[in-house]
This record gives sequence, structure tokens and C-alpha cells, in this order.
Amino acid sequence: MNKLLLNVSELTTYYKTRLNEKIYAVDRVTFALESGKIIGIAGESGCGKSTLALSLMGFYFPPLYYNSGSILINDIDIMKIKYASLRKLFLGKEIAYIPQSAMNALNPTKKIFKFIRDIMKGHDHKLPTSKIKDIAINRFRTLNLPERVLYSFPNELSGGMKQRVVIAISTILNPKILIADEPTSALDVSSQRIVLDLLKDLMNKNFVQSIIFITHELPILKSISTDIMIMYAGEIIEKGKVNDVIFDPIHPYSKALMGAIIVPEYGMKNQKLTAIQGTPPNLKNKLTGCRFAKRCKYVIPECTKTDIQDKYFKTRPYKCIFDYTKLKEINKYEK
Amino acid sequence: MKNNIVLSGNNIVKTFGFGTNAVTAVNHVDFSFREKEIISIVGESGSGKTTLANIMLGLLKNKKGTINFMGEPRNLKGHSRRKAYWKKVQAIFQDPFSSFNQFSRVEKILIDCLKLRGLKLTPAHTIDKLKEACNFVNLKFEEMQNKYPFELSGGQRQRLMIARIAMLKPKILIADEPTSMIDACSRATILEMLLKLRDENNMTIVFITHDLGLAYYVSDTIYIMEKGNIVEKGPAQEIILHPKCEYTKRLLADVPKLHNEIVS
Repeated sequence: MNKLLLNVSELTTYYKTRLNEKIYAVDRVTFALESGKIIGIAGESGCGKSTLALSLMGFYFPPLYYNSGSILINDIDIMKIKYASLRKLFLGKEIAYIPQSAMNALNPTKKIFKFIRDIMKGHDHKLPTSKIKDIAINRFRTLNLPERVLYSFPNELSGGMKQRVVIAISTILNPKILIADEPTSALDVSSQRIVLDLLKDLMNKNFVQSIIFITHELPILKSISTDIMIMYAGEIIEKGKVNDVIFDPIHPYSKALMGAIIVPEYGMKNQKLTAIQGTPPNLKNKLTGCRFAKRCKYVIPECTKTDIQDKYFKTRPYKCIFDYTKLKEINKYEK
Repeated sequence: MKNNIVLSGNNIVKTFGFGTNAVTAVNHVDFSFREKEIISIVGESGSGKTTLANIMLGLLKNKKGTINFMGEPRNLKGHSRRKAYWKKVQAIFQDPFSSFNQFSRVEKILIDCLKLRGLKLTPAHTIDKLKEACNFVNLKFEEMQNKYPFELSGGQRQRLMIARIAMLKPKILIADEPTSMIDACSRATILEMLLKLRDENNMTIVFITHDLGLAYYVSDTIYIMEKGNIVEKGPAQEIILHPKCEYTKRLLADVPKLHNEIVS
């Protein structure tokens, strides 16, 4: 039986601007993560994907603030405990985070081993350095990373290698949950493949038990994840198994996203890409109803009158005013 | 012009460094681009794609080989000749932010392009031109006008870059990883715009990319580059669906796909 690792309910966080305006970048997000799952979060830029990743850490610094909701890890609400104990007990051990620009995340004046030493000593200051060295060498060996990397400066490494090193460093304490924020966005196809293999390797060798993978490239999610959540304007608008979401999207926005996929496969040449017109809404203004309404092809006046509640098709939740059957019907009509 | 070939290179070699430290970035490369053709040059990082692009642009000097532009040997000696060349050959770079002058407003950036074309226009006419270019890329000129490049999002900057191209109407556009820093939706929009520009102005577009999907979707011809050598070239369909070279096969295997195998 899969163990429940993370339970997020109604999490709302906001950014505060200089003018004291509140921008709700994550709005009532609810989901659960079980061991053995890799959840992919997809969406356009500016949809709140990265903010959600930051918010899940429970570690807020301005301009990001916490509003409401709970994040349960091991049945403990990490929003209710003090920062000091959160850092000591949860961050790095239970939940780890790989930042978006991992390339620039490494301090250029430190050797790679020093990062590992700092992390290990931060959690257990009595640990002798020689033992840390053994752990680091062992871990690098099991992950097929060359040992020399430990003694080199970040600027001596290539982009793909830096990314792999950052992943290895952040999982050194065997966290149960790993949040990877666009780990492959600046890499070419070969390095991208190596990084994806590394993440799978981590799962197989039980160094991490689940991964939250943030990206806007859906083909990558197809190859790595088990579940997909689609985010739009701070809300999760659809959730489901990989194949269900990619090949049979329910929400009009998900459908539009699938239309922008480019893969080197037979038939791609003659396919027309569907770009979504317009831009995501400004979250400064309080929005009622469906947030995608302005850009949606099937919009009706009722869309923006009341807030849309989650609907279910089998076990897949989605946020749209229409039913699954109705949406399929409209789609057929269009073709 | 023979066979409508706009740009061709013969036996291009470029090395960096001297003596034993010399690195050959581009090794005896031949290419020829026809009018209105879309070409993709695909390879891993460090395969010499960008160096080749810079040679095509005239930003780097090739050590050996000849380049023909519009059927005649290219001559870039002297400022005026270079300026004339860059009116006809333009580029889009990976990071659009670094290619704008960050101290000038959007309006100024666009007016500078009109100056480069050497058009003498009345102020009212200029504004019309700018509006037209902004409309083409779905930017609102009134909103953009007084903004600095750092206030724009990545997609907006890239679209502003295309607005420049739309005004300059070059013969050849060299796009160096134009979509690698933006999300999938904006990518679709930008590709659409570039294809439209191609149709309107008979432009040749050279994509430098590592994204085989993108190369397959947009281009007529694909060049595969490995360590400075062109290892395979041919029509897009052929290369992607029936690759012959081992390197191409390996690249294709690394790309995440929707269906597990390539159906042909």
C-alpha cells in the first residue's frame, strides 16, 4: 500500500508588492502525494507553478507570505511549527527543493564537497568530516557521478553536470519528497535525458520516495511522471493520470496546452499548432468565476458569475462549468 | 542568382586558440540555403552550432573557406559594407534581454530599426509604422512605448525582437535558440509569427536549436552537427523518420516523446 507523504489542503499564499497590493499566486490548492508517485505540474509561465513549489517548503520570506491552508507531512502541519525546528527536522530531511536556476544556485567560491559538509553539519553538527566524505563519495558513486566533481569548483563543471550535482546535494539526506523546479529547462536533449535518468535512479534506489516535477514541457512529463496537475492562474484546474491528461484532456485550457506540444514524431509536420490567444489574467484584481474565461473558446456568460467548484469525471477532478460529456460534445461539433 | 541560393559556404573552418590548445569548432562545413527555405541546424551543446551561426552573421571570421552571399563572394571589409550586410542578414538570440540596449525605451529601439533601413519618414508616419509592427506581434504599442526592456516578460521581449525583424524585412534571419527560454504556449505563437514573416517577405530562416521536435515541425532541411562536423543533412521528414547516422539516432532516442515508438 502506498504511504501518504504529503497532504496539502486549501493552501493560499500571496506576494505583497511595494504598494501593499496582494497577489494571490497560489489559491486554494489541494492535493495529496503518495510514495512512489511522481507528480508533474504543468502550465504557462506566470501560472504560479514555482510559487507553489516554494510555498510547499513552508519556509516563507518576503515578498512571499502565507495566508491560509495546511501542509501535512507525517500528520504534522508544518505551518504551525517554528521556523527553527522546521529547518532542523523537515527541510532537507523530509522535503527538499531544487531551485529553478540550479546553474546559478552554487556559490562559485566553494568546492562541491563543502556544500555537502555544510548541509550535513547543519543537521548534525557532531558528524565528523571524514564520515561525511565517505557518505558523499558513496552517494556520488551510486549515482554514477565522477568523484573528482567533489573537489572541483562549480565553474569547472558543465551545465548538465552542475544540474546533476545540485540534485545529488539536495538529496544527500534522503528526503521523502523532492521538489524539482524546471530541472531540465536550460539543457540540451542529451543532458536532459541524463538528468531525467538520474531522477528515476534516485526513485529506484529509494533515496527519495516521491517527486514533484515542475515543467512546461509536457513530453518530459510523459516520460517521467505518473500523475499530472495542470495549473492556471494559481489554481489547479485538472488532475489525473499522465496518459489520461495528455491524450484525453478535459478542461479547455489543458486541451489548448496539448495543442502546443512539439515532438519529433510522424504526423507532427502537418499538424497545426494551437497557440492560446491573450495572456494569463492579472491576479491583483479579485477574480470571480473561471479564470480562463477570457481566453476560452467555449465561454458563456455564466462562467464569470459564480466561483466554479471542482467536478469529477470518474476520479479525475477538474474545474469547468461544463460537464465532461458536454465538453466532449462541443469538441466533436467543432471538428 | 543561380538556383535562388542566397547564402552558401564552402569548406568553412574555424579554430579557437593556438598550437596544441587549438580547438576546431567548425570543421570543413559546407552549406547552401535557398530563398524562402527554412533550415535547422541541430546538435548538442558545444557542437559548434552557434559558432557557425556567428560566421554566417559575419560576427566571427572563418579561418578557411569561402562564403557566397546572393551569388557573389561576401565582402565585409569596412563599416559601410558590414552595415549593408546586416540590413539583409539579421539575427534573434537565445536571451533577448542581452540583445536590447537596456537604457533605451521600446519606442527608441523600434525607431532605431527604421533608421537602419535608411527610411526618411514624418513623425506621424513613423508612429504608424511602429504601431503596425507591434500589431503584427500582438503587442499594444500604447502600453509598450515607454517601457524599458527589463519591464517586459521573456515572451514579450522575444516578440519585440520579431517586431524589429518585421520592420527590417531582412533576406536571411538567423534564429539562435529563439524558443529555449520561453514556455510551450508562447513558443507556438512565436513560431507562427516567424512562419508568417517568411511567407510575406520571402525570407530564409536558419534555426539553430537542440530541439529536434521544433526542427522537424518548422524546417524544410535539417543539418545535424556533431563536434564541428555536419554528419547528416537532408529533408526534415527523411532525417527525423529515417535517420541514417548513429549520432542522429542517439539524439532522437533522447528526446521525450508522446508515443513510445516512432510510427512511420
